[in-house]
Amino acid sequence: MSYSLDFGWLEGAAGAIARGAAMTIFLIVITTIAGTVISVLAAAGRRNGPPWLKRTITVYVEVIRNTPFLVQLFFIFFGLPSLGIRLDPIVAAILAMTLNMAAYTTEIVGAGLDAVPRGQREAAFALGLRPRQVFVKIVLPQALKVIFPALTSQIVIMMLESSVVSQIAVSELTYEADMLQARTFRPFETYFVVAMIYLGLSIILRRVLVGVGRRTLSAGVS
Amino acid sequence: MIEFTFWDILRNLIFATRWTVLLSIAAFVGGGVVGIAILFLRISKAKWARRFASGYIALFQGTPLLMQLFLMFFGLPMLGFRIEPWTAAVLGLTFFASAYLAEIWRSGVDALPRGQWDAGASLGLHYIQELRLIILPQAFAITRAPVVGFLVQLIKATALTSIIGFEELLRTSNAINNATFEPFTVYGLVALIFFVLCYPLTQYARSLEARAAAR
Repeated sequence: MSYSLDFGWLEGAAGAIARGAAMTIFLIVITTIAGTVISVLAAAGRRNGPPWLKRTITVYVEVIRNTPFLVQLFFIFFGLPSLGIRLDPIVAAILAMTLNMAAYTTEIVGAGLDAVPRGQREAAFALGLRPRQVFVKIVLPQALKVIFPALTSQIVIMMLESSVVSQIAVSELTYEADMLQARTFRPFETYFVVAMIYLGLSIILRRVLVGVGRRTLSAGVS
Repeated sequence: MIEFTFWDILRNLIFATRWTVLLSIAAFVGGGVVGIAILFLRISKAKWARRFASGYIALFQGTPLLMQLFLMFFGLPMLGFRIEPWTAAVLGLTFFASAYLAEIWRSGVDALPRGQWDAGASLGLHYIQELRLIILPQAFAITRAPVVGFLVQLIKATALTSIIGFEELLRTSNAINNATFEPFTVYGLVALIFFVLCYPLTQYARSLEARAAAR
């Protein structure tokens, strides 16, 4: 055994790693916003919509939750062009990530909506609020507060899973690592450093989300 | 040039599915064994053991599985092991599964009332007997639903091993796609096969959950 670790390449690689990390952060920020909005709509639709809509949402949720993200990504990026829908890698990645996350968070948001006591809704109606106001001002904030920890975990999981979009050549953190190791011939060290950056990102992301949750929802999460 | 009919594609994909199934089983069993070891450390009385186990779990839950697989694939040869995609895939998924399973079971152990331990001690059982006869059977029983749920996650995670070159369902489908240029059909079928594997388990986990809630 004469292998010795070498991190000498790290200095020249900092720029590429930072660019990759920035792309990863960009992807997860867009996905979080779009995914949360879609899942609130889907969860509400699944509870109050017409039967065909309820069924469609259920099928969507089950299909996404029971197939691998990587297959969904390949289907969107390689499969959709045969229907004439050709997407840029970044757009395909964001679309796949958003659809994937929204399926999981639809269930989470739904559980939150169910957890709000009926009396809250009845009281709001009694005060003369319109249905939409009741949902947006009374029910939704309480639901989000309940589910905030679960939502946070799901966003962190999605950030970690975003590493596979490197497979369709989106230049995020893992893609930059692939390029670096091809240049430095130091795959172990390269992936080790990048794995530690992911670990740091997931810790920071969790902290930031908890902070945002405390401030906006006064959600008591640790 | 070989012509691929729809049935050729489907047959080849179903044939490749056995590797996905085999890998899932191997990783689930391996992950269970290592997971129990991690669980022992996680609930141990020694502080260093608990620290180590928490760190281990945080490490595997805080980094992408793809990175873990790459580190296995490129790291083990440095230690002098000859490594093939199959070995890297099984080991990578085993460690990944062990962290999640240990954490799920730990939540089960934590959920048991303190009195269970006390009752065991008052019967004169020593620590290992207490765990084996009283604590673990109950902890496993109440965490069955999340364990099945994790199995679904693990089956889906096997798709990532295609990236390190293991010939499972997805990698085979990439090859078929390169020969047929029918990505819509090929990846659609792959999604369907994964769905057929996972959906019954998802439903099973749901029924376990409902049963646990009713009790």
